[in-house]
Amino acid sequence: MRAPMSDLPLVLDDVSLQAGATTILNRLSLTIAPGAPTLIVGPNGAGKTSLLRLCMGLVAPSTGRIDWGGRTDCALARRAILFQRPVMLRRTTAANVTYALAQAGTPRPLRASRAAALLDRVGLSDLAQRPARRLSGGEQQRLALARALARDPEILLLDEPTANLDPAATRSVEEIVLMAAQSGIKIVMASHDLGQVRRLAGDVVFLVRGALCEQGRAEDFLDRPTTPEAAAFVRGDLVI
Amino acid sequence: MPNRFLSFAVALCIGTVAAYAPAIAEDRWIIVASTTSTQDSGLFAYLLPIFKTRTGIEVKVIAQGTGQALDTARRGDADVVFVHAKSQEEKFLDEGFGVKRFDVMYNDFVLSGPKDDPAGVKGKDIETALKTIQAKGASFVSRGDRSGTHAAELALWKQAGIDLPAAKGPWYREIGQGMGAALNTASAINGYVLSDRGTWISFKNRGDLQIVVEGDKRLFNQYGVMLVNPEKYPSVKKELGQAFVDWLISPEGQAAIAGYKIDGQQLFFPDAEKKGA
Amino acid sequence: MSGELSAWQLILNGDPTLVAIVRLSLAVSLSAVALAALAGMPLGALLALTRFPARSALVVLLNALMGLPPVVVGLAVYLLLSRSGPLGAMGILFTPTAMVIAQTILIVPIIAALTRQTVEDLWVEYRDELSAMDVGPVGRMTTLLWDARFSLLTALLAGFGRAAAEVGAVMIVGGNIDGFTRVMTTAVALETSKGNLPLAMGLGLILVVIVLAINAAAWGTRVWSERQAG
Repeated sequence: MRAPMSDLPLVLDDVSLQAGATTILNRLSLTIAPGAPTLIVGPNGAGKTSLLRLCMGLVAPSTGRIDWGGRTDCALARRAILFQRPVMLRRTTAANVTYALAQAGTPRPLRASRAAALLDRVGLSDLAQRPARRLSGGEQQRLALARALARDPEILLLDEPTANLDPAATRSVEEIVLMAAQSGIKIVMASHDLGQVRRLAGDVVFLVRGALCEQGRAEDFLDRPTTPEAAAFVRGDLVI
Repeated sequence: MPNRFLSFAVALCIGTVAAYAPAIAEDRWIIVASTTSTQDSGLFAYLLPIFKTRTGIEVKVIAQGTGQALDTARRGDADVVFVHAKSQEEKFLDEGFGVKRFDVMYNDFVLSGPKDDPAGVKGKDIETALKTIQAKGASFVSRGDRSGTHAAELALWKQAGIDLPAAKGPWYREIGQGMGAALNTASAINGYVLSDRGTWISFKNRGDLQIVVEGDKRLFNQYGVMLVNPEKYPSVKKELGQAFVDWLISPEGQAAIAGYKIDGQQLFFPDAEKKGA
Repeated sequence: MSGELSAWQLILNGDPTLVAIVRLSLAVSLSAVALAALAGMPLGALLALTRFPARSALVVLLNALMGLPPVVVGLAVYLLLSRSGPLGAMGILFTPTAMVIAQTILIVPIIAALTRQTVEDLWVEYRDELSAMDVGPVGRMTTLLWDARFSLLTALLAGFGRAAAEVGAVMIVGGNIDGFTRVMTTAVALETSKGNLPLAMGLGLILVVIVLAINAAAWGTRVWSERQAG
């Protein structure tokens, strides 16, 4: 019971999420284990965002159970999440990172140096003193990454972080994500970009209309999809 | 960054408080509840610096109507009262709120009205004038604020045999404010108004108003001063307050009062006796 | 101040009475704003971020109290501080302190209500991020208040405007004592009642110019800060 707290494996057991009369997630059972990045894939409205928010603990399931490393309390110890449109605090880039470090419990004397290291890791060292709201879209997303990494997370959840970015910015974000994965962080990332899936995924979770449709290794999903919806999706057809 | 901002804000607060600290630091001062007519005439601006030079005591004047000034003293918020409505002052004494009443000075009331004198009362005596104004329904402005002037006005209506509550109509405008406001109103609507001569002389916005009745014996206006009873309110500054009372009725204070003139005209006439009234 | 001199001449001569009155007006109203901010901003933020049964009623009440009549506040504070009142022993009636107290009470609802609205709006935007960073209740309040600082500055200016412009409260609790509790607004009232209308108007215009200057300074500060912090 008092073993070092780990959020993995992250287990969803028959989880449903309702909002009023609408069913957003429908009896989902899923295990997220340590290892290569897991990409959550599906058409818009499939429930990818809701699934990530559930995994983060921002929302509770309507039915079913979710536990983090065998614990059902959702204390946010070592989880971090990146939203599609990050909100920058009204202060400098560096101050955003030190804020995240402070919230994660970093002692004050260490904050400045750790912030500098994080900014370096995401390639924003030159922009450390710029007001964060003045950064470009890609730079803001990288700053959000720095804030997330400041929590020293075990799991990093990302909700379509490059959906609004140009290719160059997308590449820099993906590089950081890959480096984080290589350093041992479990990546769980939503995407509707098949190219991104091919570039980043270890395995894929395919959602359609809130239900788990297919699951497996990335190559298997992309080259040999077993369900008709998955095949349609990979082909590029609209999956209604 | 929030810390720098906070320290700046705190410094600003301390700075602004310090800005008016010197005023609080004075500790030889008293509060005198007096009337707007005495203040608006400029008497205090003339008199109090003389007193301060003489005794080092700062006199802070709260100027209200006589009734309100006496009520302020009844609540213990003043050390001395200096007003002009003898019957109200005597009631105040009877209630035990005052120590002793002294006559200080007098002036008179004047009835002012528009230059064209629609009621035709110029030069008449005050009773006839009021009767005529009421009969003709000419606009009349009353202070309506339980001040000494208001009390005098009501007494004059009574003496003229007019039942005011019954006779009131749109011609009678009660404004519930001080002498200056009453004069402003009368000037604006070209109405008649009873005023003490001191305020009248120093008033700058007469418009078309001029004195229509004066000199009538019934227009006599007596001012009195009292120390608030320290037995009712131990917080009353009785030595400093008594010093002010004593100075007002002393030959020096009386001479100072007589010395106050506007355009060569004396506004108040000292009449303190040796004994209390 | 002599009635013969116009307001313009008083300014040019640097008339000491005028200077003292302006200084006192600023000291009283700025102090009131500072105290009201200290009390009202946390209150507004708390109301914005918490949920409890009577909350809607409290929000409506706070908004309504923005319209508190100054003269009523003045009267209430007077009765509190009078020698025959509960706090009479403090002896602060007819002093600038009493004026600051009255004006603070007057503008706390303004600052609190505007803070509540601003923080509530910002919370909608910040909710996910702050929850994701595991920010506790106190941290949320301070973070939102700091990030909303430009809008909150407007709330402070609204409070200052209300305080600097009112005459009812300071007249009753201050007594308009020459040299001690006379401020711009009560001076205007006094000169009007003495019939010195041109002087009264002049003083009034001076007050307007001063408030304008303070607003301009606040605007400048905001522009400069936004350049620094986005």
